[in-house]
Amino acid sequence: MSTLALPRAVLERWKRPDVSWLAVRVWQRNRDVFMNIWKSEAIWPFVEPLLTLVALGFGLGDFIELEGQQSYIEFIGPGLLGAYAMWMASAEACWGAYFRIDQKTFDAILSTPATIDDVTSGEVLWASTRSLISVVCIFIVVLVFGAIVSPLAVLIFPLSLLPGLMFGSISLSYAAVARSVSSLNYFFAVFITPQFWLCGAFFPLDQLPGWVQAAAWFTPAFHVVEIYRGLATGNPEWVHLANLAWMIVVTAGFYALAITLMRRRLVK
Amino acid sequence: MQQEIIAARALTKRYGDFTAVDGISFSVQRGECFGFLGPNGAGKTTTIRMITGVSPVTDGSLAVDGMHAQVDARGIKSILGVVPQDDNLDLELTVRQNLRAYARYFDLPKQVAEARIDEILTFFQLADRQKDRIDALSGGLKRRLTVARGLLNSPKILVLDEPTTGLDPQARHMVWQKLRSLRSQGVTMLLTTHYMEEAAHLCDRLVILDQGRIIAEGTPAELISAHAGRDVIEVHATPDERLAVLRYLEGRQGVMVEEGGDILYVYSDGQNGFNPASLRDLAERVIYRNANLEDVFLKLTGRGLAAE
Repeated sequence: MSTLALPRAVLERWKRPDVSWLAVRVWQRNRDVFMNIWKSEAIWPFVEPLLTLVALGFGLGDFIELEGQQSYIEFIGPGLLGAYAMWMASAEACWGAYFRIDQKTFDAILSTPATIDDVTSGEVLWASTRSLISVVCIFIVVLVFGAIVSPLAVLIFPLSLLPGLMFGSISLSYAAVARSVSSLNYFFAVFITPQFWLCGAFFPLDQLPGWVQAAAWFTPAFHVVEIYRGLATGNPEWVHLANLAWMIVVTAGFYALAITLMRRRLVK
Repeated sequence: MQQEIIAARALTKRYGDFTAVDGISFSVQRGECFGFLGPNGAGKTTTIRMITGVSPVTDGSLAVDGMHAQVDARGIKSILGVVPQDDNLDLELTVRQNLRAYARYFDLPKQVAEARIDEILTFFQLADRQKDRIDALSGGLKRRLTVARGLLNSPKILVLDEPTTGLDPQARHMVWQKLRSLRSQGVTMLLTTHYMEEAAHLCDRLVILDQGRIIAEGTPAELISAHAGRDVIEVHATPDERLAVLRYLEGRQGVMVEEGGDILYVYSDGQNGFNPASLRDLAERVIYRNANLEDVFLKLTGRGLAAE
């Protein structure tokens, strides 16, 4: 494939998405699968952030002094919420969707009145739902550890849906061009994991060189953590609206990309 | 009500420079079972995928129950039941959940769907397996479930792409029996297969495709009498015997000979006073039988292996 083949294929396939109510039917299919397995998996969304919180919050946190009176637990609480919201939505739309492509689950759906755009939209909606579920679980953990200071933090629940749509769209775009499982690992190693550590969830970015701070602004997870931290600590600022706008624009762009790449992958 | 339910005119599908379906025209009548036969790569599945609205038509026109494939794919898909070549059952759901999820894509009301699922599970003798995961089912059961799924929305047309490939004879006959029963209920069926016995069993009318074109069309009986005559004599002959047989048959009216590997196929219309028993003196092994669809197929598409 020449370097230009992919952008050209995307442009050729662009037309207004043909999305209907059936996108919710696709979402329901994923919910059914989740309900089949959640009992055996319910413990993990709690365990992993709990371990991270204990190890970093109490272990490492003792060595860390932050500006003002803020404890380290209060600092990483909202960071964990943002980082795991990204992780869950991406895992679902990347691994999950890749296997559904591979197992021909979507091919079966396409022979019903549902369109490929319904499938793409249903998948992104489901990734967003996984983000919300994950945020609810972790919220309980960080609340118990006293990492939530302000009642404004309840706004994090509705605001977990947008990052879910954003990471869902980005990851689904990648899954739609991935040709093997190992290339999904690559996506996580190069894109998701560095964001996890460098989005400002675990340490303040202002201690880092200026160019790293500038680079962080271009990573989606940074904006999620900024907003969550503002709400959890009770310090919402106008700049958070800019973070929100940034996410809306990126979400819209990647949703359009996911739509065209999924058409390219599944409609032949 | 109009009798024609599918009308294809100069239907074409191209992938880049490759033409998979090369301007074919055919029409399917309500209530009939219409077959697509052809070697691998002939364009059967591509044609089916265009009819079922999952593959865009490159050129020509295709109307299904009065709806145009390029305009109203959703509408077409809502009246079809599709049984694909590969089982694409949902591996993460149970048997009943598979059907439930599928029914939702057709927006069947919940109670209607549940009643329909019970009915279909009983018809296909799957009721006692409804809580099983898909990977616990045998190949035959999966196939039955895939056909069952295709019937959930009470389709006007059931589209079957090689419905019994890979099944053992018991499972195959079971699927055939169910399909005949559906045909007798007036369901229009579209079928691709490369089992000639299956086509002869089920199809009212069929077309034979080769390299994206229709090379023959008719009822199984018409095709057999037009292309293979009434009788076939298979002569297993050594090179010496072969020469004697060919010389004996040369110039006879109503007799056609074809060489396929180590066998000579002698087609006869049975009205030429030619006595097949006389060949027994010329070769070691002579088999005398009625002509069938497989003879037509092999004669028209060649006895060699299709170039992949």
